[in-house]
Amino acid sequence: MLAKRIIPCLDVTNGRVVKGINFVELKDAGDPVEIARRYNEAGADELTFLDITASSDNRDLILHIIEAVASEVFIPLTVGGGVREVGDVQRLLNAGADKVSINTSAVVNPQLVKDAADRYGSQCIVVAIDSKRVGDHWEVFTHGGRKATGLDAIEWAKKMESLGAGELLLTSMDRDGTKSGFDLELTRAISDAVDIPIIASGGVGNLQHLVDGVKQGRADAVLAASIFHFGEYGIDEAKKYMKQHGIEVRL
Amino acid sequence: MSVDIAVIDYGMGNLRSVSKAIEHVAPAASVVVTSDPAVIAAAGRVVFPGQGAAPDCMREIDARGLRQTIIDAARSKPFLGICMGMQVLFEHSEEGDTACLGILPGTVQRFPHEAMHDDRGNKLKVPHMGWNNVHQAAPHPLWVGIEEGARFYFVHSYFVQPISPDVIAGFSHYPFPFTCAVATGNIFAVQFHPEKSQNDGLTLLGNFVTWNPGERDTACDMSGAACA
Repeated sequence: MLAKRIIPCLDVTNGRVVKGINFVELKDAGDPVEIARRYNEAGADELTFLDITASSDNRDLILHIIEAVASEVFIPLTVGGGVREVGDVQRLLNAGADKVSINTSAVVNPQLVKDAADRYGSQCIVVAIDSKRVGDHWEVFTHGGRKATGLDAIEWAKKMESLGAGELLLTSMDRDGTKSGFDLELTRAISDAVDIPIIASGGVGNLQHLVDGVKQGRADAVLAASIFHFGEYGIDEAKKYMKQHGIEVRL
Repeated sequence: MSVDIAVIDYGMGNLRSVSKAIEHVAPAASVVVTSDPAVIAAAGRVVFPGQGAAPDCMREIDARGLRQTIIDAARSKPFLGICMGMQVLFEHSEEGDTACLGILPGTVQRFPHEAMHDDRGNKLKVPHMGWNNVHQAAPHPLWVGIEEGARFYFVHSYFVQPISPDVIAGFSHYPFPFTCAVATGNIFAVQFHPEKSQNDGLTLLGNFVTWNPGERDTACDMSGAACA
């Protein structure tokens, strides 16, 4: 049976892994290659790297990091952050990424998702959706959560699927960094609306939140950062907990 | 100088992962990613990967004049097909109604929408993406050292349906059983990605780089009673 995936997420800036609270204040969490190696050994199903480097000067750093990780870690690697054109997708794939995550640029230029999926296949195109509850619905935000788009998150998810996204990385900005659990309602609404896999993200504070994301949110994969980075829980511990709660995992 | 292992590059997706993983298990071997028919023809063994869609895949193979090279390699030397490189070995793919290489009798079909739910009625997503159990339908030198039911990483929306059950080397469930590995003579092909399947994937690739199909019986003797 297909296992639900646990994906540690590494936010990288200037060559270091950091973790922010609600997309702002950053805390250093270590060397990305070292952390990737450790997570691989602990049984992570995939790794996601988000390049949150603000200036373009240090953009190439992420390519070197991915090259280093890809030569010793043989599980799927997803990389996102600052992907603006098909050439960016190509550079990341050539560096060793298996999937590329597109966020702000999908909103600015939806054709990019189609072009990238047509050229490299849907299997390597992830669309990241940052969403926040606004009134009675969820709205898509961009630029690290600073800019409202007016787009309805569910409609946007369907559109991205139709343009060729192979997977959606869904982050609740209301929950990100709060440790109060995924926005289960949002996760379930999107998961039910599309046929492609959904990675739930934003808000994990304990292992029960991972179980809830799969069981109630119907996520195909769960992504978390701080609970793993700061050693609160191990990947293997998380998987055992999920298995005890009736979720199929790779042990 | 001929190379030990040629990874066929026909413009379909990222081949770096494949070549990196092979270099990792065969550090002394010369591994090249190439679209040169002469290099492929002279190589000791051939890996045929691929991602993307079947129609593009066949178009790119022909645009590079690689059709006969691939057919010849599949007939003559240790040959490993991966993902799309497995699917196009068959006769026809439902994806874009595409005529494929026809090296193996059978077709390629999409996971049918109406079947995609588990026994509790929950929707199953397509692509089939993630780690699934691979059941070994028959003993084979490439399975040596890999436990029955070990998990490998998959990402695909289509699966192969061989006409002859004799070629089925492995299967998986999503939600019904489907063929995820085929083996015949010097050909071994898998739907999953050994290059992304951590230790078990590396074991399979390691088995491939030392596999000598001509000495299959000997290899079986060496691995014990499992090769009946």
